[in-house]
Amino acid sequence: MTQVANAETAGTRGPGAWTIFRRNRLSTLGFAILVLLLVLSVVGPWLSTYSPTDTTAGNPLESPNLAHLMGTDELGRDLLSRVLVGIRVSLIVGVIAAAVATLLGITVGSVAGFFTGRVDDVLMRVTEIFQVIPRFFLAVVLVAFFGANLINIILAISLLSWPELARIVRAEFLSLRSRQFVDAARVAGASTLFLIFVEILPNALMPVVVNATLQVGQAMLLEAGLSYLGLGDPSQISLGLMLHQAQQIMRTAWWSTLFPGLFLALAVLAINLVGDGLNDVFSPRSRER
Amino acid sequence: MSHLLKVRNLVTRLRTEAADVTAVDNVGLSVKPGESVALVGESGCGKSMTALSLMRLLPPIAEIDPKSSIRLNDTELVDLAPDRMKSVRGSRMAMIFQDPMTFLNPVMRIGDQIVEAIAVHGKNSYADCAPQALEALKRVKIPAPEVVFSYYPHQLSGGMRQRVLIAIAISCNPALLIADEPTTALDVTIQAQVMDLLSELRHELNSALLLITHDLGLVAEYAERVYVMYAGQIVEEAPVDELFQDPKHPYTRALLRSSLSVEHRVEAFETIEGNPPNLSALPGGCRFRPRCREAVESCGHRFPDLLELSGQRKARCFLLEERP
Amino acid sequence: MAATHLLIYALRRILQAIPLIFVIIIINFFLIHSAPGDPLDVLTGNMETTEEYIEQLRSEFGLDRPLIEQLGLYLFKAVQFDLGYSLRYRQDVIDLILSRLPPTLLLMGTALVLSSGLGILLGVAAARRPYSFGDNAMTFVALASYSMPVFWLGQILLLVFALHLAWFPVQGMYSLRAPNQGFGRLMDLLHHLVLPAATYSVYHLTLIFRLTRVKMQETMTLDYITTARAKGVSERRVAWRHALPNTMMPVVTVIGLNFGFMLAGSVLTETVFAWPGTGRLLYEAIMARDYPVLLGLFTVLSIMVIAANVITDVIYALLDPRVVYK
Repeated sequence: MTQVANAETAGTRGPGAWTIFRRNRLSTLGFAILVLLLVLSVVGPWLSTYSPTDTTAGNPLESPNLAHLMGTDELGRDLLSRVLVGIRVSLIVGVIAAAVATLLGITVGSVAGFFTGRVDDVLMRVTEIFQVIPRFFLAVVLVAFFGANLINIILAISLLSWPELARIVRAEFLSLRSRQFVDAARVAGASTLFLIFVEILPNALMPVVVNATLQVGQAMLLEAGLSYLGLGDPSQISLGLMLHQAQQIMRTAWWSTLFPGLFLALAVLAINLVGDGLNDVFSPRSRER
Repeated sequence: MSHLLKVRNLVTRLRTEAADVTAVDNVGLSVKPGESVALVGESGCGKSMTALSLMRLLPPIAEIDPKSSIRLNDTELVDLAPDRMKSVRGSRMAMIFQDPMTFLNPVMRIGDQIVEAIAVHGKNSYADCAPQALEALKRVKIPAPEVVFSYYPHQLSGGMRQRVLIAIAISCNPALLIADEPTTALDVTIQAQVMDLLSELRHELNSALLLITHDLGLVAEYAERVYVMYAGQIVEEAPVDELFQDPKHPYTRALLRSSLSVEHRVEAFETIEGNPPNLSALPGGCRFRPRCREAVESCGHRFPDLLELSGQRKARCFLLEERP
Repeated sequence: MAATHLLIYALRRILQAIPLIFVIIIINFFLIHSAPGDPLDVLTGNMETTEEYIEQLRSEFGLDRPLIEQLGLYLFKAVQFDLGYSLRYRQDVIDLILSRLPPTLLLMGTALVLSSGLGILLGVAAARRPYSFGDNAMTFVALASYSMPVFWLGQILLLVFALHLAWFPVQGMYSLRAPNQGFGRLMDLLHHLVLPAATYSVYHLTLIFRLTRVKMQETMTLDYITTARAKGVSERRVAWRHALPNTMMPVVTVIGLNFGFMLAGSVLTETVFAWPGTGRLLYEAIMARDYPVLLGLFTVLSIMVIAANVITDVIYALLDPRVVYK
């Protein structure tokens, strides 16, 4: 192959990141939806006419009408306002859980990948154990034992999501640490910490960003699943909790399951689309098309 | 006099993000039945692209210009229907690839891979083709061929794997063998063995050989005629002895100067200054001019054609225009 | 011979898995002792019980002894498959779980086979015509399905097909009024199986579809595909005989690794459709805070996941001859 077709850049030359992202129309759509949902979740609860916990908002089990665009639940609460708050909760849990998992993953992965040897072995064993334990069940057990509040849920989810990120970071470190620019810095007298954080880590972060984004969606689904089983934080209005309540009443009130789930699916879909788009931005092969 | 392979005006373009790149620019070559022809050039000059174009095995981003012509005996290959092209590949024209590790299916047994090459060109069942496949293995002088038949590629050494690739290529007695850098991935000691084998087989089967390489040593030893390629174009064509004794194109001369030989000592290791041109940003005029020691002012203004010289030779250089 | 190599490899994997199982059991132990409250509450599942039983538990688990001894006792019980006793269900936990395992295995097995098979077929088809309309449409649908919470999908399917259209039963594994044996019972079972299996398969199917498609596309650019084409092999044969076997390897790995996810999905699906399996049991145990059952399920299900990983590795070795010939 001629050398011209060889475009091995790291996002520094050629079309800019946003241009590549925009090229994937679905991802752009996803991004738009995400922004819309974010805005709704922040602003919505202020704007809505009813309080999400107000049981006198309407009659119980009203089907969608002009006063209640998504109907009401069995206690007469307006579903639309509840859904808006619910999205906010889901997004917050998702983002924080993914962030914590990412931090943990980056730390473990960079240490393992940089120092290799025994340190790497030990850390990889630990990672393996966490990967083998079925995520969901450990979360269930942890929350059931230690209490169902938001912090525990976030911790449980992060605890289960970090291994995948650690693996990715470690793999990147293993391949980057032997590259010449690291040697150059080392020869120039850089300390270990400097090497890890300033030289290697920024380059290792690209695949992590994609994965971390997708983890947000996974975390949201995980939290919803826990709430659906009744392990959610009862003081929060979670979309999963609404679906849990809907299980009983959905025979007569189809809207009680349609709307919460639809919005959750939409949010996760938007995040997945954005993740796909980011994948295009960071993958060198996309530049050859 | 009638050619086995006649290529005229071959143009192959690559559609990249930035622009279309012409990787093979108006290449013409010919091979007579049983002849051994070499196509020489640096990496990236387009010789592999040329070979792939002949077999029509190009990746999706590459495209042969419909005005090109590739004639194998009387068959025009450029616009041939896909299923007819399929039956040409492997039976009339076969290719030996560069890296025997990646060019063999890792999860398929050696024997099966050879049998497949035979079975797709006839009506015989796979079981019937097994003896012929075994025969091909024997011809490439693999030790214990019956055992190797059921081996997987990773169980063989590099040289053995290359022999398997050769076995696959000769299994249907093709009239033309195209060898794309067949020894580049091998140790030097194995290289000679493999090339000797290839040469022997070629004579036995009366196949023609198109040898694609950057190794001038191989060219001197195994080719009868040579085409020199640079930046997607043929810049010189000559019988092998004459090319080495009296190279006409500055690029050929530079290549010969920079190759090491056992015959005479060199004081310093000569190289050709500069790099091959970026095909999407070509210099005006002659493409070799930026690196040419003998270039004059006018070399940058016009584009040199391939001149016919005496003795079946051709070269693409203005400096030759003065001479008779 | 290849078979003995494979056997040795399988044995090696099994031996490697055993320490992991011990780790699971140790985690169980620490959960009992680190949860807020008295370990006794955990062991009795917060049920009211007699003094005698409490004494029995105290001695069985050595609750007055040092922690290390307790761990030893616990491990000893575990090795004998003694996972405790549920006062609520009045059964040994292990018996309870084993009795609920068959429906789950049926549901999971069906879903796994369907979704993997269909996922691979669709993935190969999509890879052969990349970026066509059909491919783009399938990819989008796959992505959308992958984003849906599985229990919501179940609820919607339930609403539409069972409640609204009444094509399928609403819940459970058998109808009360159905025949008790023979072909009729089988049909009844299958009738009940459709919706839960469909719900359950969706997530996995989309995963396998997307993975197969990507891996097939990657494989098709590899060098040995060019060799096959150079031999004159047809495109169809290149895809199915050359590309697919090589693609199957990462796909099989993912199917195996995903077993844990599938198991989790079973909890949610069984809850939606009231399917009487271990998933539903987990839900019941959570609702009732029946800790012995909860822990027992955690152990058994984790062991199943570990076993699935070992099986996956062995199947991978079957597909890729390079693994066994070290």
